[in-house]
Amino acid sequence: MSTHTESHSHGGPKIYTANLFALLFLTIITVAAASFNFGAANVVIALAIASVKATLVALFFMHLVWDKPINSIIAIAGFLFLGIFLMFDFLDVTTRDHMQPRNMPVMENATPVPDTMNPLKAAPPKPLEPAPATEEHK
Amino acid sequence: MSTTTTDVQSHGGHGEHEHNPYHQHHFTTMEQQFDTSKLGMWLFIVTEILLFGGLFVGFGLMQHRYPREFIEAHEHLKQLIGGHPFPLYGAVNTIVLLVSSWTMVMGVNAAQTNQKDKTVRYLVITILLACVFLVIKYVEYSHKFADHLLPGMFYGHQAEDLIKGTHGYATFFAFYFMMTGLHGIHVLVGIVLLSWLAMRAKRGDFTSEYYTPVDLVGLYWHVVDMIWIYLFPLYYLIS
Repeated sequence: MSTHTESHSHGGPKIYTANLFALLFLTIITVAAASFNFGAANVVIALAIASVKATLVALFFMHLVWDKPINSIIAIAGFLFLGIFLMFDFLDVTTRDHMQPRNMPVMENATPVPDTMNPLKAAPPKPLEPAPATEEHK
Repeated sequence: MSTTTTDVQSHGGHGEHEHNPYHQHHFTTMEQQFDTSKLGMWLFIVTEILLFGGLFVGFGLMQHRYPREFIEAHEHLKQLIGGHPFPLYGAVNTIVLLVSSWTMVMGVNAAQTNQKDKTVRYLVITILLACVFLVIKYVEYSHKFADHLLPGMFYGHQAEDLIKGTHGYATFFAFYFMMTGLHGIHVLVGIVLLSWLAMRAKRGDFTSEYYTPVDLVGLYWHVVDMIWIYLFPLYYLIS
């Protein structure tokens, strides 16, 4: 009976309480860091602190430190695929300005498109501006 | 006699003498049953991560598209504290959820160590903290409704710094209500699950041998906390 209980009882109130204070401390840090202007680094700092907090929750509150490794593998796999999703999204957004229609090769055997639907024939191509600069809403 | 019984149990773990009422017979041991349930819960958690992950990616895309509008719109999530804008509701709710995560894990610990009254007490405190979170959310939403800071086509804020009906602000509040709303629904589901646990714990269902529901709902509750850990800086802090 005792061995069975021990195999499951892990952590303990002391570790949990310490973890709570670490999380509250990091919350204060992230609020304080946001009041300074680091430019683009603000987002990175905020997400880095959030990731440290999420890791603390997963390791100690969700028992992953003491658990069978299979649960950690599943959790990491989830975040890994989210990372792939985010990475390709980032690549798309940051390189979109270099992919203008006029730079694309004309396809030889493509289905003919009516002239009115072909932007290259309907109007002369003009360079696209980065998305934020366009005033598409009035 | 009694020593041999405990020996058999601690070594073999089959527990044929004392069959736990919650032991389903297609599992060899209680431990195997517990591990199987936990594995399934973790797979569910991955689907939760991907569900909210998709929304976060969408938020990032739109923030890239409307950077100025998103920064201006997020100022409306702050309140003036001593003349300085501070995300009061968001910060208080972060603390409430973190503390509720702690009471949850203490409840799981109490269930593991056969402390019935303590389990019930911690679960009830967790429910109360979840209710506090939702009340603050209600106050916050009421302010947004009053200012017509509404998602998409319903957007109609008339203040000078915001132009009526622009895509950027409407998109920001569409994401804001979608993501915090979906998170709020998760908190609501959590309250229902925690109430069910508290009733079962009071009935004395959980022992160090069987506390699977407490542990799994605990995992769910920590995921809800974890999602808020990312929501808070992205919506309330970034400027």
